[in-house]
Amino acid sequence: MSPATAAAVPRLHAKARLQRDEVRGREVLLYPEGLVGLNPTGAEILALCDGVRSLADIVATLERRYDVTGLERDVAAFLDGLAEKGLVLYGP
Amino acid sequence: MDPKPLWLLAELTYKCPLQCPYCSNPLDFAGPRFKRELSTDEWCRVFREAKALGVLQLGLSGGEPTLRPDLEQLVRTAHGLGLYTSLITSAFRLTRERLAGLKAAGLDHVQISVQGADAELSDEIAGTASYRDKIAAYHYTRELGFPLTVNVVLHRRNLHQVEALIRLAESLGAERIELANTQFYGWALHNRDALMPTKAQLAAAWQVVERERARLGTRLEIVWVLPDYHEQFPKPCMGGWGRAYMTVTPAGEVWPCHAAGRITTLTFENVRDHPLDWIWEHSAAFNRFRGDAWMPEPCRSCPRKTQDFGGCRCQAFLVAGDAGITDPVCSLSPHRHLIDAALADEREPEEWTYRAAPASRALAGRG
Ligand code: SF4
Ligand code: SF4
Repeated sequence: MSPATAAAVPRLHAKARLQRDEVRGREVLLYPEGLVGLNPTGAEILALCDGVRSLADIVATLERRYDVTGLERDVAAFLDGLAEKGLVLYGP
Repeated sequence: MDPKPLWLLAELTYKCPLQCPYCSNPLDFAGPRFKRELSTDEWCRVFREAKALGVLQLGLSGGEPTLRPDLEQLVRTAHGLGLYTSLITSAFRLTRERLAGLKAAGLDHVQISVQGADAELSDEIAGTASYRDKIAAYHYTRELGFPLTVNVVLHRRNLHQVEALIRLAESLGAERIELANTQFYGWALHNRDALMPTKAQLAAAWQVVERERARLGTRLEIVWVLPDYHEQFPKPCMGGWGRAYMTVTPAGEVWPCHAAGRITTLTFENVRDHPLDWIWEHSAAFNRFRGDAWMPEPCRSCPRKTQDFGGCRCQAFLVAGDAGITDPVCSLSPHRHLIDAALADEREPEEWTYRAAPASRALAGRG
């Protein structure tokens, strides 16, 4: 899976679903025979992966929300990790 | 921290139209222990209690779970709770309408077994003509937008088809193919001499898996479940006893894994008598092998114990007669010779006994 470009539009694969894990106080990404526990930042990034926003849009939204800059590398690395597992797809 | 379960395998019924000789169900599945199946309400309560306890992944299995007429309602309840719900089925007589209804009820994932890569071998191993239904159901599953796992249990009679099986899964557009080498419990243990693969077969199949993984990448995930008799160290069974996993049987007994019921030195509690969280936290069976305080040597002083938890308790019981000792698969176990004796590559394969109710009743007396 090629790493994301700024214009790529990340979306969750249809097999994956975000779910609140109340018992452990976190969000999780569930998929066939597996799950990934998410920290709050990860959950926030995935909530923005709506299949419309590009990676650049997502980064800009988060940077505005927290009044910081330079998030692109971390956001891309997080999504690339999930893309390697086939859980995130990059579309045009 | 106290472990909380993530996985629940709900064995809805042990009735099954197929007769796979490798079936992991208990030999006495047709006997009185499993007869009084849980009602719809009882299962729904189990799902609610499981979710409250921390379960996120639910497998609906059997036997053949589609024989339960209330399956749609069970799926609806599980979905409403937020459980990621997988149906594990043989797909015998499974129609498009039924699958569409399950989709509408919120089913997340479908796993359909196949016994061989072509009708002739698949039907022979299943003991019931079912290949056509399976292929049809694979297509319905994809058309309806379900993620699909093709599940194959591997053994001496079908290991040569691994490449064809992967190609089949690829052509169907499956997300995953699970190539599960036979684990020797239940009927598989009874039929061990007929099912045991040779070293050469396993080596050839593994080469195919490596090659196909490189070719397919994330397009098709190929899961290879190790043939543990042929390994040096045991599998980390269920990620540790009572750590992440539980099975509820058709009549409501709760087991730490789907084979544990055969350990006759343990008493398993029933969801009809106790809430699930009590069974998980306080029952003697779940606590017996939790953590590592129970471990004897060689596990006690072995650095691998945090990785493999001393292997499988059921295997220790079934092969070496004591659930509280090192898994005999381990090369450090004093009982490893019992495993080696079962490997016997030179032996001609024997006939197997199909998994069926009359055979179950006949064998039940023998344990
Ligand atoms: S392994 Fe075969 S016989 Fe056993 S429950 Fe599954 S489909 Fe039925
Ligand atoms: S001795 Fe026990 S802990 Fe060590 S490898 Fe063998 S089974 Fe695992």
